[in-house]
Amino acid sequence: MSDLRSSRNIHRSTSVVVGLTLLLLCCTSRSAPEHLKFWGLGHEGEVVAKMLPEFTRRTGIQVDVQQIPWTAAHEKLLTAYVGEATPDLAQMGNTWIPEFVAVHALDDLQQRLAHSTVRAPDFFSGIWATNEVDGLVYGIPWYVDTRVLFYRSDLIPKPPRTWSEWMDVMARLKRERPNHYAILLPTNQWEEVTIMALSNHATLLNAGGTEGNFTDPRFAEAFQFFIDIFRRGYAPPVANTQVANVYQGFAQGDFAMYLTGPWNVGEFRQRLPADMQDKWATAPLPAPTVADWPGMSMAGGSSLVIFNASKKKDAAWKLIEFLSEPEQQIRFYELTQDLPANREAWRAPAVANDPPLAAFRIQLEHVAPLPRVPEWEQIATEIYHDGEATVRHAMTVPQALTDLNRKADAILAKRRWVLARMHRP
Amino acid sequence: MTERRAAILFLTPAFAVILLFFLLPVIASLLLSLTDFDIYAVADIHNIRLIGLRNYSDLLGNALFWKALGNTLYFTVVGGPLTVIVSLATALLVNAKTARFKPLFRTVYFAPVVTTIVAVAVVWKYLYHPRFGLLNRGLHVFGIAPIDWLGDPHWAMPAIMLLAIWKNFGYNMIIFVAALQGVPEELYEAARIDGASGVQQFRHVTLPMLGPTFVFVGIITAIGYLQLFPEPYVMTRGGPVNSTLSVVMLMYEQGFKWWNMGFAAAVAFILFLFIAAATVLQLWAQRSRT
Repeated sequence: MSDLRSSRNIHRSTSVVVGLTLLLLCCTSRSAPEHLKFWGLGHEGEVVAKMLPEFTRRTGIQVDVQQIPWTAAHEKLLTAYVGEATPDLAQMGNTWIPEFVAVHALDDLQQRLAHSTVRAPDFFSGIWATNEVDGLVYGIPWYVDTRVLFYRSDLIPKPPRTWSEWMDVMARLKRERPNHYAILLPTNQWEEVTIMALSNHATLLNAGGTEGNFTDPRFAEAFQFFIDIFRRGYAPPVANTQVANVYQGFAQGDFAMYLTGPWNVGEFRQRLPADMQDKWATAPLPAPTVADWPGMSMAGGSSLVIFNASKKKDAAWKLIEFLSEPEQQIRFYELTQDLPANREAWRAPAVANDPPLAAFRIQLEHVAPLPRVPEWEQIATEIYHDGEATVRHAMTVPQALTDLNRKADAILAKRRWVLARMHRP
Repeated sequence: MTERRAAILFLTPAFAVILLFFLLPVIASLLLSLTDFDIYAVADIHNIRLIGLRNYSDLLGNALFWKALGNTLYFTVVGGPLTVIVSLATALLVNAKTARFKPLFRTVYFAPVVTTIVAVAVVWKYLYHPRFGLLNRGLHVFGIAPIDWLGDPHWAMPAIMLLAIWKNFGYNMIIFVAALQGVPEELYEAARIDGASGVQQFRHVTLPMLGPTFVFVGIITAIGYLQLFPEPYVMTRGGPVNSTLSVVMLMYEQGFKWWNMGFAAAVAFILFLFIAAATVLQLWAQRSRT
């Protein structure tokens, strides 16, 4: 409403003020200690401030942390880049990196890695790969995120390792408890079906990332497996907005399995009743065959990136090196419960001796990056649209697969044109 | 002649401002809506293509756009008249001869208009909280089961409407109060002599005299409501299941989240057409009545 227009004017005038202040800062900071501008997202942005005094003590570099809410992070980062107001370094969801590389916003870290305490082999390779675009490295993993199988250990004594075992478990649960479901796969999420596709080694897009590859048998099989779970009545055809309380549902046994991430370890501890606490566990994902176990999951999490426009890249890199040290990674885990990206940190008792995390440790060695194209999130939305339509019988499986390819090709049309234009002499 | 030159001289600054800050941006965004300006164009300006009306045809084939348009019209068609009714009712109360502390009530009712929407939305989020919110506590007293105001796709838009009505009725109320004070007392006197009851006086004296005010208030409210944005942006982010996604919200997401500026500009122009149509419609309705 009218507030929108006035807030835009305010933005315009503040940007002038900010610009002038920056002008003043740049001309006075020569003698003063170095100041880094660091954008942290959500809770991480809040707690990282507690770790920085140690960094300042060691290096003399001051760090100004600006906390950006996750819900607005993507547009703020992109707008900052277009408005030439990027910080020196920032935390960034690792799926966004290809997009920011496409607009040339990020500094290539390849040179710095050659002689640094940050070494690629210390990190989970699937996670590390999310930071690579066309063979160059643009981000250093800060914490990691993936999905595993959370299950009711009183109902499922031994977690399934293959898809056929998985289907058998679901069939048994449905037979024993006909009024309940075996698993919750919210229909408004693309992650679950995508994970199954990754487990079946589907590539989602073609090698160049210019066309959809959804009619490929590897994706088709996984999609069919996902749909079968609904067709046989093992999963409720509901969106997660229709599930009032996942934790209550899990505790009541409305469903006995759920594919989710590390943030729910803390939530399950906090929100499940006390008598449920010894009745849930985590396991790595089942795979299509025994030889493949564990099945691939998605490589998620946040990375630290340096912006191209920064004039303090050396100092920014020092901060990244500092935050990547195993001791700091452990401290960060204690502060946030975010899983450390540096494998060394996983030796710490707090991480190593926590039973639900063991499955994550195994799973993290088996994660694959999502397609590294800027359009991925738009394509992902289409995956759940068509998945939901198929679950609700509005489409058949072959129709959905063809439709997904058609939509992905349309979304990627501009990318094909740009790439062709670049390769024209 | 010198008078004319003086007039032009005085008008020039205003014209210059309108040209620079209104006309030029509008023309620029119209041109933008004919291009495929997107994230690749941010990287390299040569990645822009002139694509004619394709953004508009894509938009008309986009299910999310129709959903957003439906939500916005729902909000405007239901929330707009309700706001006007509430404004008129409070104006009549505040203007009543028997009312006391008039300045106090006028200030109290006007206060929401001048408070920041973000601060207000945060407080309302507490009011709407499914477990601890005041609203559900109140319903509990009457034995009504708690409602997940902002989490239920059916309730989220009514909840946003309630907030918008509360936030905006004060402005219209002030205008109605001014108009009510402009109704000559003799008309009521004559009506009373003719034996008109209170209701009849309201229908046959007050309402006709407020005609032009209704048009103004209706147009201003419709223009504002068709541009619904901060309430859902702060409270629901367009969710749940896109039930509070408005046209401006869609434009914001396309433009600033995905940087599809060409597409977003097309959304803006479609919205402009709707606002223009709504305005013309109301003016026409008023003219045909008189």
